[in-house]
Amino acid sequence: MSPPSAQQVARLWTRAVAETSYIAIGRRALAARLTSRVSEVLAMLTADQELTAPARAIGAALVSSHFTDTAALTGTLRALGDELTPYARSLGREDRLRRLLAELAGGYAEALRHRTLGEQERIHTAALTARAEAEQARWDSEARFQAVFAEAAIGIGIGGLDGQIMEVNRALCEMLGYSLDQMRGLSASDFMHPSDDPEVWSRLAGLVSGEYDYFRTQKAYYRRDGEEIWTELVVSLIRAQDGSPRFAVGMVEDITERHRLLTELGHQATHDPLTELPNRTVFFERLTAALADPQPDVRVGVCYLDLDGFKMVNDTLGHDAGDQLLRAVAARLDERLAGPGRLVARMGGDEFVVLVESSPGPHELAAVAREALEVVREPVQVDGHLVTVSASIGVVDRPVHGTTAAELMKAADTTLYWAKSDGRDRWALFDQDRHAQAVGRYRLSAQMPQALDDDQFFLDYQPLVRLEDGALSGVEALVRWQHPELGLLGPDKFVEMAEHSGLIVRLGRWVLREACRQAGRWRVEHPDWQPLISVNLSPRQVAEHTLVDEVAEILAETGMQPGSLQLELTESALMATKGEPLSTLHRLTDLGVRIAIDDFGTGYSNLAYLSNLPIHALKLAGPFVSALRRPVGPGAADIEILTTLVRLAHTLKLTVTAEEVETAGQAALLAGLDCDLAQGWHFGVPCSAGEISRLLRLT
Amino acid sequence: MERPRWAPADLDLDRPSVARVYDYYLGGSHNFAVDREFAQQVMQAMPNVPQLARENRAFLRRAVRTLCQEGVDQFVDLGSGIPTVGNVHEVAQEINPEARVVYVDWDPVAVAHGQAILAGNDQTAVIGADLREPDAIFADPRLNELIDPSRRTAVLLIAVLHFVPDEQKPAQLIARIAGLLAPGSAIAISHASPQGQQSQLGRAATLYRQTASPVTMRSQHEIVELFGDLDLVEPGVVPAPLWRPDAPDELDPDAAAYPGFAGVGRTR
Repeated sequence: MSPPSAQQVARLWTRAVAETSYIAIGRRALAARLTSRVSEVLAMLTADQELTAPARAIGAALVSSHFTDTAALTGTLRALGDELTPYARSLGREDRLRRLLAELAGGYAEALRHRTLGEQERIHTAALTARAEAEQARWDSEARFQAVFAEAAIGIGIGGLDGQIMEVNRALCEMLGYSLDQMRGLSASDFMHPSDDPEVWSRLAGLVSGEYDYFRTQKAYYRRDGEEIWTELVVSLIRAQDGSPRFAVGMVEDITERHRLLTELGHQATHDPLTELPNRTVFFERLTAALADPQPDVRVGVCYLDLDGFKMVNDTLGHDAGDQLLRAVAARLDERLAGPGRLVARMGGDEFVVLVESSPGPHELAAVAREALEVVREPVQVDGHLVTVSASIGVVDRPVHGTTAAELMKAADTTLYWAKSDGRDRWALFDQDRHAQAVGRYRLSAQMPQALDDDQFFLDYQPLVRLEDGALSGVEALVRWQHPELGLLGPDKFVEMAEHSGLIVRLGRWVLREACRQAGRWRVEHPDWQPLISVNLSPRQVAEHTLVDEVAEILAETGMQPGSLQLELTESALMATKGEPLSTLHRLTDLGVRIAIDDFGTGYSNLAYLSNLPIHALKLAGPFVSALRRPVGPGAADIEILTTLVRLAHTLKLTVTAEEVETAGQAALLAGLDCDLAQGWHFGVPCSAGEISRLLRLT
Repeated sequence: MERPRWAPADLDLDRPSVARVYDYYLGGSHNFAVDREFAQQVMQAMPNVPQLARENRAFLRRAVRTLCQEGVDQFVDLGSGIPTVGNVHEVAQEINPEARVVYVDWDPVAVAHGQAILAGNDQTAVIGADLREPDAIFADPRLNELIDPSRRTAVLLIAVLHFVPDEQKPAQLIARIAGLLAPGSAIAISHASPQGQQSQLGRAATLYRQTASPVTMRSQHEIVELFGDLDLVEPGVVPAPLWRPDAPDELDPDAAAYPGFAGVGRTR
C-alpha cells in the first residue's frame, strides 16, 4: 500500500494532543510542525538505519513544545499507532514501528523527567533566593529597628499579652528611673497611677484581646524615685501572621513640662490671680450649664455683690491695702457661702458673685445675700488698720427655662444698682415692675433729643403775685412735654433724666429763650406791664462755661431787660458752685440778671453763704408755707422762723417769695410778715401764656 | 496598618502561591506540594481550570502578537507570575527581536525565578512590586532602563485583576496606569467571570481565600467598565477564546461560555 498522507496523520495527531497541554503556538503552527514529524517517522519506518536516537528526539521535541501532560504521549502513541500500523504491516515492518514508538515514548519520558527536575530545581533555587533575600531584608529591617529602638528619644517598651515587660529602650529606662533589668521584672500594672483614666486599663485589655490595634492617651507615671511624670502614651498591638495578638508595644513621650504648663494655664484661665477665686469665665460656664438644665421647674439664682466705697480704701490706704481687703473678703465669702451647688467667683474689681444652682427660690437667695452682707461687714485687719466695709447686692432668681445668662446678669447688674441707689449696705431683689419703670425712663430719655427737635416741649407760666397789693408782678416759666404716646408730662417725669443725660443744657437753653421771647410778646401786648420772668437753672447748666454768653445773647436777641430776668437755682446747685460756677454767678449778676435761691430751706441751709453770694432773692420752700395751715392754726415757732427768715433776707436786701401758697389765710399771714411775693394755687396754677394775657386784660 | 516600604514582605512557603498554582495548571513543574494540593482541590471544584488557564495564556499570546505586529515594542506584564513557556518576550521577540519586556510580580519566589532564568537577557527585567502601585513601578530605574514611557507601551493585566477587590478601586488603578502611558498605548486585560459556571467558580473562589490573593469575580459589564475612558479595540470585551482566535473555524463549541472575558483598550 502507499504511505499514508503525512498531513492527514498530523491532523489526527494534532487533534489528539492539542488540548492536553499549554503550548506556545497556535493550532495551525502545531499541525504544520507535526506534519514534518510524521514525515520523519515515515522515513524512519522505511529506512534501515538506527532509529533509537531520532525516535527519542521526536518524543523529546514534544516536551520542548511543552506537551508536559502525559495525555499528550498517550494521544501521540495512539494516533501514530492507529494511523501507521496498517502501512507498517504492509511493509512487514510492524516490529520496527513498535520499536520506534517505544523509543519515542522513552525519549518523551526522559525529556519530561529532565524538564521536571530542571524546573523543580529552578523553583527551589528561586525559593531559596527569595528566602535569602527576605531574610536579608528582615535582617536589615531588624537592624534598622534595633537602631531606632535603642537610640529613639521616645521611650519604647514591648510587653507580652499578660502585661509582663519584655524589652524596653534606654529612653524609657531613663524616663522612669529604672535600670533595664529592673524594668524587665515589672509588669504594666506596676505603673498604675491614681490619676489614670479608668478607660486606659479597659482599653489595654481590649487591645490585648485583639479588639483594636491601637490607642493613644495621656498618662501619669511615678518614677522609681517617686517623682511624677506625665506622658503621651501610644500602645499598639503586634499580631502574629495568623492575626492573633502577640505583643503590645508602648511608645512613651515625656510631656511633664507641657502638662505642667497646660495645668497652670488652665488654672490661670479659670482663676482670679489676686483672690484665687474662680473667675468670670468659670462663673459664666457654670451659669450657662445650670441654665441648660432640661428639667422644667429648676431655678437658678445669682447674688451680684459690689463693695461700697472700695475706691476710698484704695485712695486712702493704698492699692496694697485694697488688694489685702479684697483677698480677705474673697476668702470669707468663699468659706461661708461656697459649697455644693454654690459658686463664689470674682467678676473683677470689687465685684463678686454667688451662683446658686438649683435655687429653691428668692427666700433662700435672700438668706444668702444677708449672710454675704454680714460676711463683708466684719472688720478686716489691713496694714494695722481695722477696716470696715459694706456691700450692695443685687439678687436675681429665675426659672432656668427661657432665661439666658446675659439677661440674668443684666438684671443682676440693674438690681445691684438699685441696692446702691437705695442707700448701700443692703440687698435688693429684682422686681419686674421697677425694672419696667427704669426701662421706660430710659426710653423716655432716649426720645428727648428728637422731642426737642420736634417741638414737643412747651412752657406754662405760674403767676407771681405781690402780696402788698395782689398785683401780678411776674411769672415762673415751667416746662412741659406733650409726648405723642404718653400725653402731657410734667418736669418731675423728665428733668432729672435730662440732668442725668446732659440734655438739660439744651433743654434749659430752649426754656430760657422761649420764656424771654414770650416776655417780648407780652411787652408788645401790655407795654406798661413789666413782669419778672423767673426761669429755673439746673446745676449742670451752671457748670457750662458758655452759660453767661448764652444768656447775654438771648437777652440781646429778645430785647429783654436783664433786670426782668430771674434765674432760679436750688440750694444744692448753689452749694456746688465753687470756683468756676461761682464766677459764673458773678458774671450773670454783672449782666444785671437776678439770681434767686429756689426751695430755700430744704437743704442744709447755710445762712453764712447768703451774704457772700451774688443773689437777689429767696424762694421759701413749701414746708415753711404749709406749716401756716395746720388744723390747729400756725404754731408760734413756725411764725417766728418765717419772721426771722424774712427779716434776715430783707437785711441782706433779698426779695422773699413764698411758694405753694394755697389759702387766703396763708396769703394774709405772709403779707403780714412782710413777705414780698407769693405763688401757689391760691394765686393761680401754672397756665398757658395766653391765659396769663387774659388775666392781664382782666385787671 | 500599611507595611512600611522598607519592611520585608512575608515569604511563606507553607501557603499556596497563585503564581505557582497557575504554573501547575499550565503543566509546569515550578511548584511545590502545597501548590499542587491546592490546585487539585480547585480542579475538583472546577475540572476545566487548566483549560481556562491555557485559554488565558493563549489570549496573552494573541494580544502580544497583535500589538507587536502593530509596532508596539515595549511591554509591561503586571502580575506576570512564573515565566513559563510562551512568555511575553518569547512571543514578542519572535516578531520583533528588539522588543523589550518588563515582568512585574509581588511573589518573591516568582521574581527570584524570573530573575534567574532571564539573567543575561538584557531586553527583559523582572521587578518585585505590587501592581496596585503603578507610580512606583513606572518610577523604577530597572523599568526605565528598558521602557521609554513617551513611546507607545503595552501593559498586560492577564488573569490578575480578579485578585483586586472593589474596595481597592481597580478602575481607578487602570485609569492611573493609562495616565502614565503615551497616547496610542494599550492595556490588555483578561478577567475571571461567573458567567455559565456560577457554582463551580464560586467554590473555586472560596478556595482562593486561603492564598494571599482572594478572588473577586466580575461580570462582562463590570469588566468593560474597568477600561474606563480607553478605546476598546475590536472585538471589544469578549469571552477570552473569542478574542481574535487563530483558527476561528476550529473553535471549541463551548468557547462562548468561557468563564472569563478579555479585551484590549487603547489610550488616547
